[in-house]
Amino acid sequence: MNIFSSTRISNTSLAGALFIVLGLFGELSSAATWIDTPIGLVGLGCVAGALSVSGLTTKCSSTNRAISLAFVLVALWAAVNLAHTETVMGQVSGGYWCFVIALALAIWATMSRFAAITPTPGVGAFLYQFLVPGLFGVWLIVLWELITVGLGIPRVLLPPPSLVGEAIASSLGVLAADFRQTIIRAVLPGFVMGNLAGFAIALWADRVPFLRRGLLPVGNLVSAIPIVGIAPIMVMWFGFDWQSKAAVVVIMTFFPMLVNTVAGLGGSSAIELDLMRSIGASHWQTFTRVRLPNALPFIFNALKINSALALIGAIVAEFFGTPIVGIGFRISTEAGRMNMEMVWASIALSAVSGSLFYGLLAVVERRATFWHPSFRQLSAKRL
Amino acid sequence: MNDAARSQGRIFPVSVIIVVLTIIWYAGAVYLNSGQLIDRYNKRSVQWDITQLAADAWSMKRPVLPAPHQVARELKKTVLDQKITSKRSLIYHAGVTLSSALLGFVLATALGIGLAIGIVYVATLDRSLMPWIIASQTVPILALAPMIIVVLGSVGITGLFPKSVISMYLCFFPVVVGMVKGLRSPEPMLLDQMHTYCASRTQVFFKLRLPSAIPFLFASLKVAIALSVVGAIVAELPTGGQGGLGARLLTGSYYGQTTMIWAALITASVVSATLVSIVALGERTMLRRLDGGQVARA
Amino acid sequence: MSDNASSSDTVVQIDQLSLDFDTVDGPVHALSGIDLAIREGEFVSLIGPSGCGKTTLLRVIADLEKHSSGKILVNGVSPDQARQDRSYGYVFQAPALYPWRTVTKNVVLPLEIMGLTRSQQQARAKKYLDLVNLGGFENKYPWQLSGGMQQRVSIARALSVEPQLLLMDEPFGALDEITRDHLNEQLLELWRKTRKTVVFVTHSIPEAVFLSSRVVVMSPRPGRVMDVIECNLPSERTLDIRETPDFLSLAHRVRQGLKAGHSYDDE
Repeated sequence: MNIFSSTRISNTSLAGALFIVLGLFGELSSAATWIDTPIGLVGLGCVAGALSVSGLTTKCSSTNRAISLAFVLVALWAAVNLAHTETVMGQVSGGYWCFVIALALAIWATMSRFAAITPTPGVGAFLYQFLVPGLFGVWLIVLWELITVGLGIPRVLLPPPSLVGEAIASSLGVLAADFRQTIIRAVLPGFVMGNLAGFAIALWADRVPFLRRGLLPVGNLVSAIPIVGIAPIMVMWFGFDWQSKAAVVVIMTFFPMLVNTVAGLGGSSAIELDLMRSIGASHWQTFTRVRLPNALPFIFNALKINSALALIGAIVAEFFGTPIVGIGFRISTEAGRMNMEMVWASIALSAVSGSLFYGLLAVVERRATFWHPSFRQLSAKRL
Repeated sequence: MNDAARSQGRIFPVSVIIVVLTIIWYAGAVYLNSGQLIDRYNKRSVQWDITQLAADAWSMKRPVLPAPHQVARELKKTVLDQKITSKRSLIYHAGVTLSSALLGFVLATALGIGLAIGIVYVATLDRSLMPWIIASQTVPILALAPMIIVVLGSVGITGLFPKSVISMYLCFFPVVVGMVKGLRSPEPMLLDQMHTYCASRTQVFFKLRLPSAIPFLFASLKVAIALSVVGAIVAELPTGGQGGLGARLLTGSYYGQTTMIWAALITASVVSATLVSIVALGERTMLRRLDGGQVARA
Repeated sequence: MSDNASSSDTVVQIDQLSLDFDTVDGPVHALSGIDLAIREGEFVSLIGPSGCGKTTLLRVIADLEKHSSGKILVNGVSPDQARQDRSYGYVFQAPALYPWRTVTKNVVLPLEIMGLTRSQQQARAKKYLDLVNLGGFENKYPWQLSGGMQQRVSIARALSVEPQLLLMDEPFGALDEITRDHLNEQLLELWRKTRKTVVFVTHSIPEAVFLSSRVVVMSPRPGRVMDVIECNLPSERTLDIRETPDFLSLAHRVRQGLKAGHSYDDE
């Protein structure tokens, strides 16, 4: 396994070196080139440096990793700067793409280095787990920038992230108002109400087997129904403001919570329940001490599913009528005006809100269900 | 079937729940439509009682909430009384939605399985890709749908494919998650055993990991195929003219034709439920084959 | 290489073998300074309390674990090479059968991987299923068999690659005592018939003494060999032998070895 991964890394480095050489040939033969600019040289040097540090050395020390990370970051910066220079912008050469491919390989080699180790638990490890995906995310955004700027893609099709960033910075007030309207006023109340209602009905169904047997198949059926379709109906019933959006969110989040909670409450083993009976526990004691903890992983599962559903529900409902504020409203009107920077800014807003919401749930879940097998850390690799 | 007894025990409760829901629907129709009606009665100063109100509420031309039998009549009108090729037929619209949903589902299954194999076999992909796949689902793709359609349309890609892309985006996620879980489900002991046999990666994949992943895959496919219908419907919202159940929803919403919305919704549910049961049927056949049953195939 | 002379009939040669695991709480010495030579045709049991490294040692022989230092040869070559030569069969604690394969299909699994022809596969499956007295169950599925029968399928599968060496990791640990006694007799019979070299991990003293020609007593923290006991019980033996004084004195010696190992770590 070790031998295998180390040979692969050096293959990556070899391929990277090949592309650097190809790029050099391509660039030196063309008249206008970026290669003799200081930034071009720094970029090339850093890609070569990262490739050699992460690929050609067999030792895998933390210094090595840090050096190749630094090289890669500088190279990313250089690549973005190059893309905006006169020689590259809108008319990229094959040599430039060779450089970008070499950069991609350098990033891959660096990520492999970081992914190969498991850090010792602690604060460092908590931050560390964001490093590889973080680097990957930065690379995706940079690649997006390089492609849109380098190929001169029209802004109405796909604006580069730098312009989206400018749009975000220049319209913070508008985005804040959208956030308040969609997330705070529609998603959150709807999410809380829908989940509480689903949980309450699940508790009731749990005490009444007849209800459970009748409701579960219906609930499963409803989960197959495209519930977003009720959005126009809710807008008709509850008006254009946030109430109709919250109503959509309530309905969308209700059934996943109901079905999951019922399944979770039924998940306690006969042994656990017999034990509680043998020590004369009341229904309530059995519920709080055995059945609820066993149901928690299911409940969190529903909460996580619902966090994505709630955002979707609220934003789609805004397409069917809304006051002149809200993320969904912003996306549809700005798309109509071909102002794509603002569309992407709104998308970024909803994605960041959604990810933070999801991340928060994941952290709470980890705290609440640390005992669950999926979170238990193995003390040794293969013991 | 072993669980025939259990499912028999379900029919009665489920029927009761459905009857209760229908009663709530009728009552809701009276309640939600009463405002308009009472206004009208007062304007014309008509004497009215509750039976009069209910009768009128269940037979309004443009009700806030149509009664079930009105929706049923609309369904009959648009499903049975129309030629399938007619633009007035719900079957035609369902067909439009179904084709983009299915294409999206197939694309998503291929993408999802491919990504899952990458994630399970390449540690770097596991670390770098998985968080972004989760994050991708917090992007409200349904909100992007109109834009993706517009953007792809402006570069000349129209018709089925853009809508399928949205379906695919929505339903590749459960496939990746389920497949990763499934490919990782074999016990360490079975993997050790393969190691003692000197099995190659391909052999381990086809003889152990893939068969172990099949139950997980099908559980995910059931979720995914329902989502693919959602994706197709939402993708049809901005392309109003081209047909599809989503277009019907939007038209209904513009002209205040609630009966039309409900009929489209019910059709969508039937399409969705049918697709899910087809996958479930495939699941049962496949699992019986994996578990062997008594089928001897030598 | 002092063991050149004996290597002709030595199947497993272990010199000063150590293995450390890196864990969150620091390194664990799973095995420390193990010396052991297993000759052809021997039935050697590794016995000791849990955590003494007996399973780990077996896994090192099978190339499922890499040792940290020392030397080990299996059939005169490295464990990795021995594994690629398919020179051993491994029986796990659980039957490790595939529920979607019939009994025959389970037995031929390693043969499929080796690339034997279909007719060769069928012939071997028949031969070894008959050897473990499972003729007639070829087309059943594992979950239609009892626990003892499942483990016999797993033994037939290990034998099907026709290895010289059979490695068994507490194969009967999960079975009830009556079934286990029965299988012990069958295993002994099998060993007499085939004359395979067997390395057998167990934590049962009677099982070890009854089956083995030699018992290796191990102790934990660090995992090491405490005692090696020759058992010269008659080769034709039944379970009744467990009442004889010879048997009891051997069992007593094993128990003494285990006790000696324990006295170290009760701080």
